[in-house]
Amino acid sequence: MAEHSHKLKDSCHEHCHCIKIKDLNVSFGEESVLEDINLHMHCGELTVIIGQNGAGKSTLLRALLGQVAHTGTIEFKETKTGNISNIMKIGYVPQSLNVEREIPMTVYDMFASYISKYPVWLPKNKKLYEKIKDQLKMFSVDDCIDKQVGKLSGGQMQRVMLSIAITPMPDLLILDEPVSGIDENGVRDFYRLVDEMKAKHDLAVLLVSHDLDLVKKYADKVILLDNRILCQGTAEQVYADENFKKVFGGQNI
Amino acid sequence: MMSFLEYAFMRNALLAILVSSPIFALLGTMVVNKKMAFFSDAIGHSALCGIAVGVLFGFTSRSLSMIIFAILFSVLLNFVKDHTTYGADTIISVFASVAMSLGLVLLSRGGNFNKYSSYLVGDILSITVTEIISLAVCFVLVIIFWIVSYNSLSSDNLNRALATSKGINGKVYDYIFSAFIAVVIMFSIRWIGILLINSLIILPAAASRNISRNVRAYHLWAVLFSIVSGIAGILVSYYTGFPSGPMIVLILGVTFFVTFTVHSFNKD
Repeated sequence: MAEHSHKLKDSCHEHCHCIKIKDLNVSFGEESVLEDINLHMHCGELTVIIGQNGAGKSTLLRALLGQVAHTGTIEFKETKTGNISNIMKIGYVPQSLNVEREIPMTVYDMFASYISKYPVWLPKNKKLYEKIKDQLKMFSVDDCIDKQVGKLSGGQMQRVMLSIAITPMPDLLILDEPVSGIDENGVRDFYRLVDEMKAKHDLAVLLVSHDLDLVKKYADKVILLDNRILCQGTAEQVYADENFKKVFGGQNI
Repeated sequence: MMSFLEYAFMRNALLAILVSSPIFALLGTMVVNKKMAFFSDAIGHSALCGIAVGVLFGFTSRSLSMIIFAILFSVLLNFVKDHTTYGADTIISVFASVAMSLGLVLLSRGGNFNKYSSYLVGDILSITVTEIISLAVCFVLVIIFWIVSYNSLSSDNLNRALATSKGINGKVYDYIFSAFIAVVIMFSIRWIGILLINSLIILPAAASRNISRNVRAYHLWAVLFSIVSGIAGILVSYYTGFPSGPMIVLILGVTFFVTFTVHSFNKD
């Protein structure tokens, strides 16, 4: 254990932290959904979870978000100070939002409701409006601030959601299959954005993905999940593993 | 011209509308966004059971027992909705049917349900000063609740996991929200009636949605439609003799179709 944390320290830079998941188990009634999940994530690193439907990918994310009861511990450690805590800020980009096309709600309204206590039904708060605009600017969608959320394109919505997820800057960014509902170019854009963001803000990112090609290109670490972790390592290592072939069959990479 | 103001019952009715219609409109905006129209309808129907409980517990504590019933029922309904694999609408329907029938049975003891039949369509002209004061208290509480928790309710509705990640406990607000709906309905049921109460919650918000693009416009139009239709409904009923509750709902209905047409023309 001591040796391990030493190794982590070496691989991190200054303001760095790491997240350790130890012996995480989730069961729904009798059925065990996740078994003995042990996982380390570092800042500036993109960790990708792959696996078939029903492998427990979304459940793992929901356990990390505190939405599903689980055993085991999730620790968050500042490597600089050595402080360990069980509380960390999590940024989250969900698969989808419950919005219809006509919902009377602008990007400002939605954004403000997540990051502020100032009631969005009262006249616009100038300071808040400017802050949100700045945050949107990081993803070049500041011109969408007064648009209705239901009328954004898939790509614009993704950028808005990313921008909400990193306001305020989280310790861990979790992305839940964010690629569904946008076209191929949109998917590529999204991976590029995540990659830039990871480097720029030194973020620890955890992503659930189906796109094995893009995973190979961008992931620092890949985890193959099937109710438990079958194997983990670089994309090359995992894709060459026996278990990978078992799970994904003859799928071409 | 304003001769109707000479009558105390008319003054009371107008005052009641001024105090209650903004509450209905505000709660309605969220009921419509959350697609809870059926939920609030069910709570309206279960009010009959609340009245029966109130009657059983005697006149002095009637309001209190009705409020307690409303809160418990809404919490129960919400809990079952969250913890079932059935379709939520089926479960809600089962609970509402049972509550309403239980109310009918209890109120019909000794064969005198007629005494309570006014609860079905309501009578706004019979509202008392005490009831208006209760509504005013509700009004203040709803405004405070709306200031404190609108953002949380809205963000939770868009995506609960995302709200949780921002430290928002949407579930708690969700429960308080349904309890508020239940209590407001309980206070208004005697003068609006079980059959119409849900219309007053849904229609202003639905009409406003047709022409609003942001949360502020949505609120503003809903409240405006609600107040104007309420006052117009009472005046029309005063001069024509038609019952006021249905009149209000009809005017709201016309408002909905007008805004709907406006919306269709403005489509981009």
